[in-house]
Amino acid sequence: MTTTQTLPRSVAAPPVPPRRRGRLPGAQLWQASPLTYLALILGGVLSVFPIIWSFIIASRDNSAVYEMPPTPGDQLFTNIDRMLANEDAAFVYGLVNSAVVSTVVTISVIFFSSLAGFAFAKLKFRGSNALLLIIIMTMMVPTQLGVIPLYLMMVELGWTGTLQAVIVPFLVQGFGVFMMRQYAMSAISDELIEAARLDGCSTWRIYWNVVLPALRPAAAVLGLLTFMQTWNEFLWPFIVLTPDTPTVQYSLKILSSGLYQTDYVALFAGTALATLPLLIVFIIFGRQIIGGIMEGAVKS
Amino acid sequence: MSSTVGAVPPPPAASPPSSAPLHRRRSYRLGRWDLKYSPYLYVAPFFVLFGVFGLFPVLYTVYVSLFDYELLSGTKEFAGLENYRVLMQDAQFWNAAYNTLGIFVLSTVPQLIVALMLANLLNRQMKARTLLRMGVVIPNITSVAAVGIIFALIFADRYGLINWLLGTVGFDPIAWRDNRFASWFAIAFMVDWRWTGYNALIYLGAMQAIPKDLYESASLDGASTWRQFWTITVPLIRPTILFTVIISTIGGFQIFTEPLMYGNGLVRGGVDHQFQTLAMYIYEKTFTGNSEYGYGSAMSWLLFMMIIIFALINFVLVRRSVKGDKK
Repeated sequence: MTTTQTLPRSVAAPPVPPRRRGRLPGAQLWQASPLTYLALILGGVLSVFPIIWSFIIASRDNSAVYEMPPTPGDQLFTNIDRMLANEDAAFVYGLVNSAVVSTVVTISVIFFSSLAGFAFAKLKFRGSNALLLIIIMTMMVPTQLGVIPLYLMMVELGWTGTLQAVIVPFLVQGFGVFMMRQYAMSAISDELIEAARLDGCSTWRIYWNVVLPALRPAAAVLGLLTFMQTWNEFLWPFIVLTPDTPTVQYSLKILSSGLYQTDYVALFAGTALATLPLLIVFIIFGRQIIGGIMEGAVKS
Repeated sequence: MSSTVGAVPPPPAASPPSSAPLHRRRSYRLGRWDLKYSPYLYVAPFFVLFGVFGLFPVLYTVYVSLFDYELLSGTKEFAGLENYRVLMQDAQFWNAAYNTLGIFVLSTVPQLIVALMLANLLNRQMKARTLLRMGVVIPNITSVAAVGIIFALIFADRYGLINWLLGTVGFDPIAWRDNRFASWFAIAFMVDWRWTGYNALIYLGAMQAIPKDLYESASLDGASTWRQFWTITVPLIRPTILFTVIISTIGGFQIFTEPLMYGNGLVRGGVDHQFQTLAMYIYEKTFTGNSEYGYGSAMSWLLFMMIIIFALINFVLVRRSVKGDKK
């Protein structure tokens, strides 16, 4: 099991507006030079190339897998068809399962994180500092090392091979609570909460009608990061699920064991199809995702 | 409720207005309860769920590790430290530990150094800012399983992209799996590809919090940009660097999926286990064959200890070599 983790920094404000060009005396120092662009473009090409290359292979015939230079072929859809027809991998089922699991986990993480984050940022209660410290420390626990007892627990509950086994352990995230708390501190004024109280709102109504709408930008970022992370989760689904109830990553693993060195292009059609949903999300919400990472989400 | 703006709810002793006093008193009591206890209700789900599915399993691992506990033979007997004693003489375990450490060093050191350089490049005024940032972080959104499959072909022994490139410039092909060091390098390369840009963005976030006038006065004093990078930027983001070092240690020691997919989805990690990591060996012992839960738990707990020790070592090493903020 993994947790997303955070950088304990105090900033979680909305993205900084772009610096005005030439306002500062030493501004030319901060202009990117052509060499900077060149280095960054080179880095970008190195980053993108393996992804594009995998899509190119997915479009080729098996006889042309190793051909250079990398130019696309015209077999993409027949390869996808053949890959989807592989009954062992149950790829479509894997895609649907991943969509269900990622959506449920994302909604739950947003809900519980914003609720607890609001409490830590805006409500006074005894022990809140100590509890927050514990939450920050939980981000440092390598929970993956508890998989054996967790697995035994799932066996006990009869959950192995079912989707709740990959959903329930991930319903909360220390990182999410911390992120929401940081954002609520800066985005919601105490006066607003006070005014709502004087209007007779209960704490729950304040959360639901005042806080949650105000937290929307941060919730969107947390949701995107959580969705991507859950979609890409590998080890735990691989342990606790069975080949007839796979997530998409599990389907990929089955494909790779079955098709390795026999039907490369179908295997790559699988990696392309498993990557595509996140690629689309990334292209649409790239700016928000980058903002979220810069505020300090860290690998699992 | 009270219609006077800015008034606090009346204390219970104060004579209540004549209309519906009972209702008001009840809602007041409810309000007090709400103020005092509802925060606990709001933070409770995290603690309950994390406690049950996160913390408890990690701690319970210690208990399971004291048992001779196998699924296949059906044994479950208290064995004390027997698992740990066997572990000390298990050559495959130490081989896996060696591989894990090797892959960790090969992946983390270049990754964080390049990320630091990359962040410094990104920390400029530039056109297409978002596009360039997206460019460096895009590997991180691909799944580890897909990355493993893609790079397994890039580093294929025959016809692989890298060996083809080596061939065109006149070098002999490299045995990317049979050679232990080459296999470590290939796996480390995957990790670096996926995480360098991500760490760069974290560093960039920290760098943007540094006040620009520090650099202005330094350049007035004639300090070169390279010197400024080492004397201003790096010391000021030291907490962030230490943080990424610790997180990379925690993550790097648990590496599983990359070497698994690199070895065609097999947990053995190569013919001679030359790239089998600790997480893979734990999986092999626990979830295949005899399902030795007790032994697997002992290994997990030892891995946990290693992570703590190496996180501390790395923390101290980096803190010594990176000079801190002298303010």
